[in-house]
Amino acid sequence: MTIAEKILAAHTDAREVTPGDIVKVNVDVALANDITAPLAIKAFESGKQAKPADPDKIVFVLDHFTPNKDIASANQCKMVRDFARRHELEHFFDAGEVGVEHALLPEKGLVLPGDLIIGADSHTCTYGALGAFATGVGSTDLAGAMLTAQAWMKVPESMKFVFKGELLPWVGGKDLILYLIGDIGVDGGLYRVLEIEGPAIDSLDVSGRLTISNMAIEAGAKAGIIRADAKTEAYVKPRARRPYTIYTSDEDARYVSIREYDCSNIEPQVAFPHLPENTRPISEVGEVRIDQVFIGSCTNGRIEDLRVSAEILKGRKVDRGVRCIVMPATPDVFRQAEAEGLIRIFLESGAIIGPPSCGPCLGGHLGILAKGEKALATTNRNFVGRMGDPASEVYLSGPAVAAASAIAGKISSPSEVM
Amino acid sequence: MKIMGRVFRFGDDIDTDAIIPARYLNTSDPEELKKHCMEDADPSFPSKVGKGDIIVAGKNFGCGSSREHAPIAIKACGVSCVIASSFARIFFRNSFNMGLLIFESDEASGEIRESDIVEVDASTGLIKNITTGKQYQARPIPQFMQELIADGGLMEHIIKRGGI
Repeated sequence: MTIAEKILAAHTDAREVTPGDIVKVNVDVALANDITAPLAIKAFESGKQAKPADPDKIVFVLDHFTPNKDIASANQCKMVRDFARRHELEHFFDAGEVGVEHALLPEKGLVLPGDLIIGADSHTCTYGALGAFATGVGSTDLAGAMLTAQAWMKVPESMKFVFKGELLPWVGGKDLILYLIGDIGVDGGLYRVLEIEGPAIDSLDVSGRLTISNMAIEAGAKAGIIRADAKTEAYVKPRARRPYTIYTSDEDARYVSIREYDCSNIEPQVAFPHLPENTRPISEVGEVRIDQVFIGSCTNGRIEDLRVSAEILKGRKVDRGVRCIVMPATPDVFRQAEAEGLIRIFLESGAIIGPPSCGPCLGGHLGILAKGEKALATTNRNFVGRMGDPASEVYLSGPAVAAASAIAGKISSPSEVM
Repeated sequence: MKIMGRVFRFGDDIDTDAIIPARYLNTSDPEELKKHCMEDADPSFPSKVGKGDIIVAGKNFGCGSSREHAPIAIKACGVSCVIASSFARIFFRNSFNMGLLIFESDEASGEIRESDIVEVDASTGLIKNITTGKQYQARPIPQFMQELIADGGLMEHIIKRGGI
């Protein structure tokens, strides 16, 4: 069996599962945010005896439209807050404890190797980077899990991706996953699990791996799993407050396809509007002037991303035509960035520092684009209207290209500004 | 159950930001959401679409976010069903949970044109293009999901059966 099949089997009564089976699984974590929790709560309360099966498995994070952007979003948060108090949810993150959910949960040790995690947010697949089976669902599926601590799953087939060779300068997890999506397309992994491995993946820290799994959904995949190794253990061990299990795929595990990539050919990548699959290597981007840069989000808002950005921005100025917004993804990332002097570097370069929030990534608030404007973002989606006006454009890259582009005023490689 | 309606066509990879932009997700009220349905793909859609109308799209319909607001908005507009070559998986699940009928057929997706009148037999998945006379068979729905539909959605299924 593959890692995915083993984790699914371990969460059912069965000893084995086969792709195509529909199985009832026990969930370890059920996550929602301020957009999806209100609908989940409404569905949950339609149950006769609406009591959570296990309140400790529920995680609510008010991260999307917070600090609340308007009255309607404040009302949504209040509904979630009242519910969390009523049911005494321990894992409820509000106010100064809020971080972007998929950066926050790994950091807090709430998601662990071998877990089965569902979340009413499509980027729940992020946790696959820790060797977990994590997938996005809608609010009603989440309500079902709140009520029963279970969910139904169709066992997916797995596709294997092997990244060989050494990474080129300024290439990180974001570039590898953009390259992969550029290869297989936005539905290339539809209904399937992406199992990602190889020496280049081994060489990445946990942060870079979280970036990769985060965007599995942008290839349509159900999960994006990276086998846990010594680096994963070093990351989770001090954080975990319950036991966890590391699974590896069997030698004879079945994959619908196996693809190998040679990293010596993979430059920093940029996804052009309006799909993450429209990727180009930085050397083929051409002249693209930009109005805004956003460094942050569940994809690239961790301390490692801020370090790379600061290395490039240090002693340089953001172009006067660019609004460069930096948002540490969690309070701990913010504290660490402050302690390391990164916040000062950003401020002196002319960047804007925002609070931990999903805001700009989904065109919610704190950095909306006007008609005709272009942004380069370290986020995960560049759909039409994603960050603002339907006639605006979003380009995606890793933090190194984003920081360099903020200085140059156009999409640029770090080597062009350093 | 048979449904009949006029077709609105969309292309491949229609994402959830096109179906209902995130800027409107500060509410989950269907009456508010329907005003902005498909707005970033076709701004005139909410004013043109009527009760019973059918969306026909290409591959990977509903890709992107997990927001259930997407099937809610489509349903609130009066759309009776969506036919596509394929659906993104979270949208697929959500549609069943929300009671929005969806059908997968490459041929129907490829051949049905804007403004055609189409009839769908929801129980068999037989799609008839009344305008052209052509018929298509949608891919079968897994047994478990048929049970979900019969029970009236996931929550009703849990309440009725005491669990998933």
